[in-house]
Amino acid sequence: MNRLTATIHGWLLLLPAMAFLALFTHWPAIGTLIDSFYSTPRPRRATSYVGLDNYRQILDDPIFWQSLTNNLWFAVGTIPVSIALAMLMALWVNDRIAGRTLIRMAYFTPTVLPMIAVANIWLFFYTPQYGLLAQALGAFGGTSNTNWLGSKDTALLCVTIVAIWKEAGFFMIFYLAALQQIPVSLGEAASLEGASRWTYFRRVQFPLLMPTTLFVLVNAVINAFRMVDHIIVMTRGGPDNATSLLLFRIYELGFSFWDTALAAALTVILLAGLGLAALAQYGFLERRIHYR
Amino acid sequence: MSGAVASIGPYEPRGMWRWLETIAAWLLAILWVLPLAYAIWTAFHPPEFSARFTLFAPLTLDNFARAWEAAPFARYFFNTFMLVTLILACQLVLCTLAAYAFARYDFPGSNFAFALVLAQLMIMPDVLIVENYKTMSKLGILDSIPAIALPYVASAFGIFLLRQTFKSVPKELDDAARVEGAGALQTLLKVYVPLAKPIYLAYGLVSVSYHWNNFLWPLIVTNSVESRPLTVGLQVFSSTDQGIDWSIICAATLMTSGPLLIGFLLFQRQFVQSFMRAGIR
Repeated sequence: MNRLTATIHGWLLLLPAMAFLALFTHWPAIGTLIDSFYSTPRPRRATSYVGLDNYRQILDDPIFWQSLTNNLWFAVGTIPVSIALAMLMALWVNDRIAGRTLIRMAYFTPTVLPMIAVANIWLFFYTPQYGLLAQALGAFGGTSNTNWLGSKDTALLCVTIVAIWKEAGFFMIFYLAALQQIPVSLGEAASLEGASRWTYFRRVQFPLLMPTTLFVLVNAVINAFRMVDHIIVMTRGGPDNATSLLLFRIYELGFSFWDTALAAALTVILLAGLGLAALAQYGFLERRIHYR
Repeated sequence: MSGAVASIGPYEPRGMWRWLETIAAWLLAILWVLPLAYAIWTAFHPPEFSARFTLFAPLTLDNFARAWEAAPFARYFFNTFMLVTLILACQLVLCTLAAYAFARYDFPGSNFAFALVLAQLMIMPDVLIVENYKTMSKLGILDSIPAIALPYVASAFGIFLLRQTFKSVPKELDDAARVEGAGALQTLLKVYVPLAKPIYLAYGLVSVSYHWNNFLWPLIVTNSVESRPLTVGLQVFSSTDQGIDWSIICAATLMTSGPLLIGFLLFQRQFVQSFMRAGIR
């Protein structure tokens, strides 16, 4: 096959996928950037170039700062806990304990449920008086009237727990796969040396799991800024914006207030943040993880 | 999960520790299914038992019947079915072609094109909602099933996954097919696709469960019964049509996730392995 045919064939094969990518990923990304410098078109006023005005408006908006803070807390709450839980689950299920297939299934089930269904279930779980949580607290002599999702102090924690519950089992799968690829001989060698289980975990298993951890971490970070389905169902960002996350705010700006220019500017901010986070993770962590 | 299992490893706990680990793992598992179990209890019992646990509470399917009648769930099921089929069919074709180009053709610009593909992993359609809404509006297809599907049909994840798989196919097989006189597409269909079957299965399961469950974009782009998928239908149903009749909401919730849940329970090994396969590459 000569070079010219290879080139033509190659690009022809790529063409359909690239066309869709260009139309629904690349162009919208550029379009978002352009729109963020223009005002929102209104019926009586055409759109016009406003420079950094949209960004200024966002930075002056207390709800943006609250959404950002909420989202950071949401990330800080979900990422380490779900990763640690996933690792623990994988270690347990990797041992041949009684009923491990059932246990593995229980851990993994939240992953196959729609987030929206999950949110409904948890909404019920948190309901004052009727909910399982209220009933369990009532049975132990506590109060059953706490409005978990209606209070500014607890709402964000509640939606964070839902996210952890949904994600941990998904991440477990990757750790399980990685654990099963660690050669048995390593464990035998370590035990001959008299290493304790903790030492074996810390010196052998944990470092060998690092590439998986990086992969899971990247996913967890993206998810922390992408998951909003449960917010829409459970709290609609409330009470008093206590659970408003960045993507939820974009949704609200774009489709409740129809201020598409502000939504575009906020999208640019979110994408820039995600891009920086990805660069940091790959650039910084990847250098420290190469064992293979 | 792969094949041969050795005897108990030196670092599996023994004796009392084994018991402790088993109990802890079970406790966490019970905690993990508790919200779901509670919803199942409520869905299968009359409303007056929705928050009371009595061993002999009568079982009923009445809540499901009421939920089914209260909203056009049959239509929602049909829409979701069409949606995931459309997306998966397009994804399989587009990703296979593109992956083949990246795996077996050496042509100028291929690295740049691959970078453009991978950009989608970071710039997800989930985030570009405002701009994609404008595009759909310009195309005049708002509130239709293709509008939900289009942003997802070219999947960077699928292209990447299949490219890795095709690369592991021995070059000799490709050459042999060409010597026999097969063209590029024939070689792809006769040699590569059959060898990648497990990966297609894995990708298919992941894609179907992702799009069955997807919510935000369909919520934005649809506003009629004719195009709403199940997730959006469920949300509309539980936030407006019903007050807070939990037994009927739980029934509707279980109903919408039912097919996936049952599929998962029946084929849980394939599901778990698929998610794993799709992940480790």
